Amino acid sequence: MSLTVEENKALIEEVLKAYPEKTAKKRAKHLGTFEDGKPDCGVKSNIKSLPGVMTIRGCAYAGSKGVVWGPIKDMIHISHGPVGCGQYSWASRRNYYIGETGIDTFGTMQFTSDFQEKDIVFGGDKKLEKIIDEIQELFPLNKGITVQSECPIGLIGDDIEAVSKKKAKEYEGKTIVPVRCEGFRGVSQSLGHHIANDAVRDWVFDKVDPNKNVFESSPYDVAIIGDYNIGGDAWSSRILLEEMGLRVIAQWSGDGTIAELENTPKAKLNVLHCYRSMNYISRHMEEKYGIPWVEYNFFGPTMIEKSLREIASHFDDTIKANAEVVIAKYRKLIDETIAKYKPRLQGKKVMLFVGGLRPRHVIGAYEDLGMEVVGTGYEFGHNDDYQRTTHYVKDGTLIYDDVTGYEFEKFVEKVQPDLVGSGIKEKYVFQKMGVPFRQMHSWDYSGPYHGYDGFAIFARDMDMAINSPVWGLAKAPWKKAA
Amino acid sequence: MAALRQIAFYGKGGIGKSTTSQNTLAALAEMGQKILIVGCDPKADSTRLILHAKAQDTVLSLAAEAGSVEDLEIEDVLKVGYRDIRCVESGGPEPGVGCAGRGVITSINFLEENGAYDGVDYVSYDVLGDVVCGGFAMPIRENKAQEIYIVMSGEMMAMYAANNISKGILKYANSGGVRLGGLVCNERQTDKELELAEALAGKLGTKLIHFVPRDNIVQHAELRRMTVIEYAPDSKQAGEYRQLAEKVHNNAGNGTIPTPITMDELEDLLMDFGIMKKEDESVIGKTAAELAA
Repeated sequence: MSLTVEENKALIEEVLKAYPEKTAKKRAKHLGTFEDGKPDCGVKSNIKSLPGVMTIRGCAYAGSKGVVWGPIKDMIHISHGPVGCGQYSWASRRNYYIGETGIDTFGTMQFTSDFQEKDIVFGGDKKLEKIIDEIQELFPLNKGITVQSECPIGLIGDDIEAVSKKKAKEYEGKTIVPVRCEGFRGVSQSLGHHIANDAVRDWVFDKVDPNKNVFESSPYDVAIIGDYNIGGDAWSSRILLEEMGLRVIAQWSGDGTIAELENTPKAKLNVLHCYRSMNYISRHMEEKYGIPWVEYNFFGPTMIEKSLREIASHFDDTIKANAEVVIAKYRKLIDETIAKYKPRLQGKKVMLFVGGLRPRHVIGAYEDLGMEVVGTGYEFGHNDDYQRTTHYVKDGTLIYDDVTGYEFEKFVEKVQPDLVGSGIKEKYVFQKMGVPFRQMHSWDYSGPYHGYDGFAIFARDMDMAINSPVWGLAKAPWKKAA
Repeated sequence: MAALRQIAFYGKGGIGKSTTSQNTLAALAEMGQKILIVGCDPKADSTRLILHAKAQDTVLSLAAEAGSVEDLEIEDVLKVGYRDIRCVESGGPEPGVGCAGRGVITSINFLEENGAYDGVDYVSYDVLGDVVCGGFAMPIRENKAQEIYIVMSGEMMAMYAANNISKGILKYANSGGVRLGGLVCNERQTDKELELAEALAGKLGTKLIHFVPRDNIVQHAELRRMTVIEYAPDSKQAGEYRQLAEKVHNNAGNGTIPTPITMDELEDLLMDFGIMKKEDESVIGKTAAELAA
């Protein structure tokens, strides 16, 4: 059973007691309970984290390099600045791709300008030019370069736009994209997504020569937007769209290419999975190229069916009929999956804390397995995310925006869920508390979780976490006293 | 040997900081003091009168050539000039690129770590125009300069800069113990210059330690890349610099915590001296043509 609205209020009050008055007052606005009929979740969001707390957020650079640009596989993404930002974000999101790494694709490689003291003092533009030259010589099959700015670039005023333009000209119109995603900008990685989206608009779309683009459209062209192919998610989504008779002309950006980005303005429909990180470019394509976009959710059969029908509704009757065929085709797999795992997972309570779209999107998948999400929150969500969340959560769900390490621990301790889904930093804290855990950023080195195939893996993984015999051997300290 | 004195000259760009400081330090050297000059200006012109050189190789340019400051030896960057005054220029990027402030921090740390301060009586920092960022405040932070001398004149913007620098000193006065040693007025022959400089010193809670009169002999010396002390030791102007040096020396590390004033107070001061008129409010923002109409 989830807690009642009143119990949640008491819990939040208790948790806030640990803070100084000013901090408590500010944090109180980010914690709440969803009540049926309300237009949002009653919490503030997209506000600067407070000093002294352990926030789970990242920075603008993480949003641009780590999320939006990084997975574009045939471009080289330079982490421009001191070595750490690139080193510690190296291949950390498991964006799968096909290609010969180091030859025509570069996804799991790390390129950094490795700023030294003299680059700060004298500026790094010359070094950047040299790096671009070296990249051209060493990796001649690269299809483009992005410059992902770390903090010092903005502080010392390097002119990466001028370098990019100069080098683009020198290499015959090569795509070189300067991205002003300095980490100090904004309150989280969210602004980095926006900046990265804008960079696609300004340095990819606006530079495409329509006379040179030989792409031939079909009436069924769609682009997958906001799927980063973590553990193969975009692949298990793409096959469903293709089985429906649609042609997927681009994946943004998991296993994606620069050519796909350039062709996307020719799509008939943009299908958007991660709203938070790519709604900006979807809106832009709607305004400038008249391409409609539709949000979808490929977690769990209920949401997949709904989404397939929704996507099909933008096309003719053939596609609509095909959607039903696809749904029917996977019925057996789904029935078997649910028959196997639901009895083992029925009634289990889940608490989530993740980024992007997942704090709401995965709820349906848990419910398909008879589980219940009793608490959820976004790392860097905005108010429109919390509005969308109301379609997923039940009355009385605990909501925590930009939760702090302390709050999350306290909530879990009190609510005693059967499973926590969050990130690597949270994983061992909760496992040591005796609470089963799954990493819901990287699928805990598993996946895919999107699509019908993904759901079967998802069900297996949740069962494996919750019903592992190890939990019978662990005793949580607070249980000793009881 | 007495304790190391660390002093710094600040002031508006072009006010004559480098000229004043080098002449004063040359006079201190005459008095038998062992001196180290640390130029903290990317222009690297703080030591030319002592070394008779256009510009010496800077810490940062040599470091950039060698790879990093760790690759440098102190002998590479330290030059000895008039009366054994040791000279170092921090240097920095060309205008418009990089971070000169970080350069100042890098070179001062290098000098300290490599014993450039050993065996001298005075370290003098010559810092560019205004305290534009944290890097240029480095010389007034903890364990660096204890006394700051602000070079100014009777011009509005020079006084404005002096007030701003006082704000910087005030910020670090409590944490690091830096003090304002006094104002040095470099005569520009503006109206009531001496009185105005004294009044400003009063407002800032310090004193005008010396009024350096304008004398063309400074120009003659500069053209020869020399201080007046060396070029014309018997001139009246050399005497002025000796007096200033004497006063700095007698200050013996003492100074005050400045009391910077607001922009309004500064303008009031100019009105009090009749340099700005109260009824002038009506002319603010009016072009010459509008006023003539």
